[in-house]
Amino acid sequence: MKTAIKKYWFLFVMVLCNLIIWLYDPEIGKTALTFNGKNFINFLFILTPVFICIGLMDVWVEREKMIRIMGANSGVKGVAVAILSGTVTAVPIYALLPVAGVLLKKGCRISNVLLFLCTSSSIRIPLLLFEISSLGVSFTLIRFCLNLFVVFAIAFIIEELLSDKDRKEIYENADKL
Amino acid sequence: MSRVEHSIYLFILRFNSTFTSILFSERQEKNTVILKKAWKMFTGVLPQFVAILLLVGLALAVLSPETIRRTIGEETGFIGMLLASLVGAVSLVPVMIAFPIVAELLESGAGIIQMAVFVSTLTTVGLITIQIETKYLGKKAAVLRNVLAFAFSFITAYLMGVLLK
Repeated sequence: MKTAIKKYWFLFVMVLCNLIIWLYDPEIGKTALTFNGKNFINFLFILTPVFICIGLMDVWVEREKMIRIMGANSGVKGVAVAILSGTVTAVPIYALLPVAGVLLKKGCRISNVLLFLCTSSSIRIPLLLFEISSLGVSFTLIRFCLNLFVVFAIAFIIEELLSDKDRKEIYENADKL
Repeated sequence: MSRVEHSIYLFILRFNSTFTSILFSERQEKNTVILKKAWKMFTGVLPQFVAILLLVGLALAVLSPETIRRTIGEETGFIGMLLASLVGAVSLVPVMIAFPIVAELLESGAGIIQMAVFVSTLTTVGLITIQIETKYLGKKAAVLRNVLAFAFSFITAYLMGVLLK
């Protein structure tokens, strides 16, 4: 019972909030519900393929191969693979996190996983044209270049700051998923 | 049999054979394992996802575009930037929706620095999704990533403001 509460407290709180709003003002409650419905369908459409891909990766990709490509000794190649695979994916960050989890499980270097996570959340080549059309060329290009530096900075700063114990914990945690 | 018919026939044959080989080979076992694993992972994070969904729906319903515009639109300076960054950090709006809104705000007189910081924090910082992030990256890495992304959003936004003027 206690673990259930611990696991679902956020969900409980949110359901309660929605109920209170619904009772307080049915009009807002209704709009919230339609937003929820729309978002839920979106979530399902994005998450189902993501999780199937993760399942595929988990079963078919060998750990040794993945370590060779993006592991601790992969060097520039690993960085390049992380950046490239990050820039071509344009899914929201909540869908990327499970992918990051499976990458860690397969023994990827933490900085490479972070690079992948950060590039795919901030530098998205499929969305560049869209950004140009709505925000202009100069805005988009300057943001793109600055973000490239930022992504490297974040990934390597975090890796520097993590102690060996932290790293071990991260990998052990990923193994359990 | 005409040439076209022949090639279609061949295609169907090939398709059939691959299909059956996928379904009825030893791979089948591995495929069910895949689906089982995917389902397990999916249900593992589902409660958090649904909770976040409820929160976002609520926020979108309570905050009208007008309110959002009033709080981060007209102001300039650090306060507007801070507000924009906070809104960006907590909200979970797809960029496909966010970019047109940002464009609109820019046209109605919002500062470019505020909007730059908004876009950056929106895409990279996830205060709501930090719970899920902790699950995959561990607490320290997740918090560090978000804090750093938040800080760097300000730096890049300032630089953008300088470069675009």
